[in-house]
Amino acid sequence: MPTRRAKIPATKYPVERLTLDNGLRVVLTPDRSAPVIGVAVVYDVGIRSEPEGRTGFAHLFEHLMFQGSENLEKLAHFRHVQGAGGTFNGSTHLDYTDYFETLPANALERALFLEADRMRGPRLTEENLRNQVDVVKEEIRVNVLNRPYGGFPWLTLPPVMFDTFPNAHDGYGSFVDLESATVADAADFFRRYYASGNAVLAVSGDIDVAEATTLIERHFGDVPARPAPERPDFAEPDLTTERRSTYTDALAPLPAVAGAWRVPDPISDFAGYLPYVVLAEVLTDGDASRLVERLVQRDRSVTSLGGYVGFMGDPFDVRDPTALLLQAHLPPGGDVDKVLRTIDEELDRLATDGLTEGELARTQARMATHLLRDTDAVLGRALRMAVLEQQRGEPGLLNELPRLVGAVTEDQVRAAAATLRPERRASVEVVAGGAR
Amino acid sequence: MSTSTTAATTVRPLPALRPNRRLKVPKQAERTLRNGLTVIAVRRSAVPLVELRLWMPFGRAHLARGAMLAQTMLAGTQAHSATEIAAELQKVGGGLTAGLDPDRLMLSGAGLVTGLDRMLELLAEVLTGANYPADWVETERDRLVDRIQVAQSQPSHLARTALLKRMYGRHPYAVQTPDPDQVRAVRPAALRRLHAERVHPAGAVLVVVGDVQPERALDAAEQALAGWRGDGHVAELPPAPPLEPGPLLLVDRPGSVQSSLRLALPAVPRTHPDHAALQLANLIFGGYFSSRWVENIREDKGYTYGPHSLVEHSVAGSVLIAGAEVATEVTAAALVETSYELGRLATVPPKADELEQARQYALGTLQLGMSTQAGLASLTSAYAGSGLRLDFLAEHAARLAAATVDDVAEVAARYLAPARAITVVLGDAERVADSLATLTPVRTESA
Repeated sequence: MPTRRAKIPATKYPVERLTLDNGLRVVLTPDRSAPVIGVAVVYDVGIRSEPEGRTGFAHLFEHLMFQGSENLEKLAHFRHVQGAGGTFNGSTHLDYTDYFETLPANALERALFLEADRMRGPRLTEENLRNQVDVVKEEIRVNVLNRPYGGFPWLTLPPVMFDTFPNAHDGYGSFVDLESATVADAADFFRRYYASGNAVLAVSGDIDVAEATTLIERHFGDVPARPAPERPDFAEPDLTTERRSTYTDALAPLPAVAGAWRVPDPISDFAGYLPYVVLAEVLTDGDASRLVERLVQRDRSVTSLGGYVGFMGDPFDVRDPTALLLQAHLPPGGDVDKVLRTIDEELDRLATDGLTEGELARTQARMATHLLRDTDAVLGRALRMAVLEQQRGEPGLLNELPRLVGAVTEDQVRAAAATLRPERRASVEVVAGGAR
Repeated sequence: MSTSTTAATTVRPLPALRPNRRLKVPKQAERTLRNGLTVIAVRRSAVPLVELRLWMPFGRAHLARGAMLAQTMLAGTQAHSATEIAAELQKVGGGLTAGLDPDRLMLSGAGLVTGLDRMLELLAEVLTGANYPADWVETERDRLVDRIQVAQSQPSHLARTALLKRMYGRHPYAVQTPDPDQVRAVRPAALRRLHAERVHPAGAVLVVVGDVQPERALDAAEQALAGWRGDGHVAELPPAPPLEPGPLLLVDRPGSVQSSLRLALPAVPRTHPDHAALQLANLIFGGYFSSRWVENIREDKGYTYGPHSLVEHSVAGSVLIAGAEVATEVTAAALVETSYELGRLATVPPKADELEQARQYALGTLQLGMSTQAGLASLTSAYAGSGLRLDFLAEHAARLAAATVDDVAEVAARYLAPARAITVVLGDAERVADSLATLTPVRTESA
């Protein structure tokens, strides 16, 4: 039976762009299908921008942005968002920090007011700083120190793969650095990076474009203009010899390993980059994927396996340098060397023999589902469009992604696989210290 | 531009909210097939996808066999191997996963809407013909054992395990994770038997949500699933026993750098007249970020990152669970603040604006929960599991809108008094036992 290729569908979310006089870029994407909105503000500053001696500062600062602002007391932000029926959060990435809320549509102006108020000035007090250092330390304990595989591999692989401080340091931060952070550091960080010219505002959902534009002008228009700082070049040379590292996780009951290879620049060479995004899924998406079939089912040398591009798992929100990662958990006494050798073997086989009938098409169909599912939520749409505007000036790319993923060819995937050579690989092995 | 470090006076007023939009329940249709399967289809056309949720009653099943059945249900049929099933689903952008809890077996998935018929066909093939191939069962057995071992090294899992045991005693809900040795003993024949006995359409509910015409989706489901037969064994769960407060249970996990604090308090099902007011009381206590508990132990004292409380509904009963991971050195202090906030809400009526804020949050998150295909599918399925339909949303919204300060004070007194709580703390006993014992009687056991 010939393989019928599922037609890759697309979305047609409308996109309106404007730039305020103070440099704030705005993306609007109306959709009246449900009475809800998503609001996202993305600042072009992330973990890679932290100064030496200030590990974890970008994330700590994200916390401080919720601690009151020019016209609002501590706790007011939370109360006003949730008291309008909405939810909120923020997150710190390698290349950006975002702040967002999703609310019933009747709260649009309130959300804009709240975001504009902290863009004008957060309340950076000693008391709030000390309180949030404590909270962040508990966050690190719960996510890293008190659980097995904490920070694996996003915190433990970069220092193996990279040499420079921006790319290699711990983005959650050391307790010593966090504790020594000062209000002056925070004020300086805000002045430098949280400029209107360094930010993008995106609003999606049940809005009227003209009305939303008026409200945005009203609330953000008088945020003082400050230009975006010059973004340094974080480039590092590719690896030419294999790098391996091993550490013992006192809480982990079983071994684990992650390996990564550098990929082309996601922004300047998007066409060269996309095949790697597809390759990661060909290798690892579900029971019909190559590495799951081989390592989990046939060899039984791993018990779970994942693969993705970008250290935080989203391939469309990262800049260069970044990587394709594979990570696996092994059974008791599992042999990490053997797992890495088998991966090399399968990559060779893919590069040499190509894909099987229908393998690429079905992987692309599944990727389209994932992309479309993420954008069904108004907030998912606002966040992605904000980042696409910030990093590429192209928020409408969101509508194109399923089709572009679907256009990647077998030859491109094979060629990408051929570059994932052992001598370009960085890997980190978790030695189980918690077996009982 | 200067960063304000002193108290600023409010010069810009907070904009008022526009009027609330009415809660609109989307277009839906329902049909019960002759084999006893109920199918509910809901239209949300925003993206060209469809979501599936198949809820099958599965109470009182053998724990290890049930877990292995979920793990291997998609592992093959007469016509297709596991790899082929996965590939066939992938072709239409789809996927299916199986999961188990003490109430139900659930198959869920999503895919391109153009693949709905194919996904339903494959679903039917698995339901009527899963054959549990021996080699696959063996692989999955080892994987499940490893997964359980990893779970047992997670503080949150250990704390939950201890709490369930303490809450439910001899009830089937008391143990929800199988022992690795029990898993190792599961053979394919036992899975085939369990499937024949329990995977049947009588009492099951299939939810289809997406870019579909509801009647057309019902037809498609009927066409694919009418041949699924069987109405064997149904196991009724006994009602969950009432919570019995007693000494604090301290579970020793030497070397922990945090303590996992868990409290269980009584609650009521979704249909109970107290439910809406209790939901609001829970929000005011610790059920959302702007709650008293979060503002106290996180934003004021910095003891913890993410404290949270939640009313959990199961077939055999409902319960309110509060949990926080707190720094070891402030374990007792965090418990003091927790009891204080519960006691305060149980004895002093909340402020009107506090209630209003919680009410808006509850109503708003209903709107948000309905605004995606996946959200609608999960909500519809969860409601169906309690015998409810989406129109209950409107009824519940009306109850939330009508609850008064007195109503909330009354339910708080009835359900949230700290003396009614079962308390479990998982942490380094050597470092926390003494200070906890100064507050309350403590019983210690090892993790």
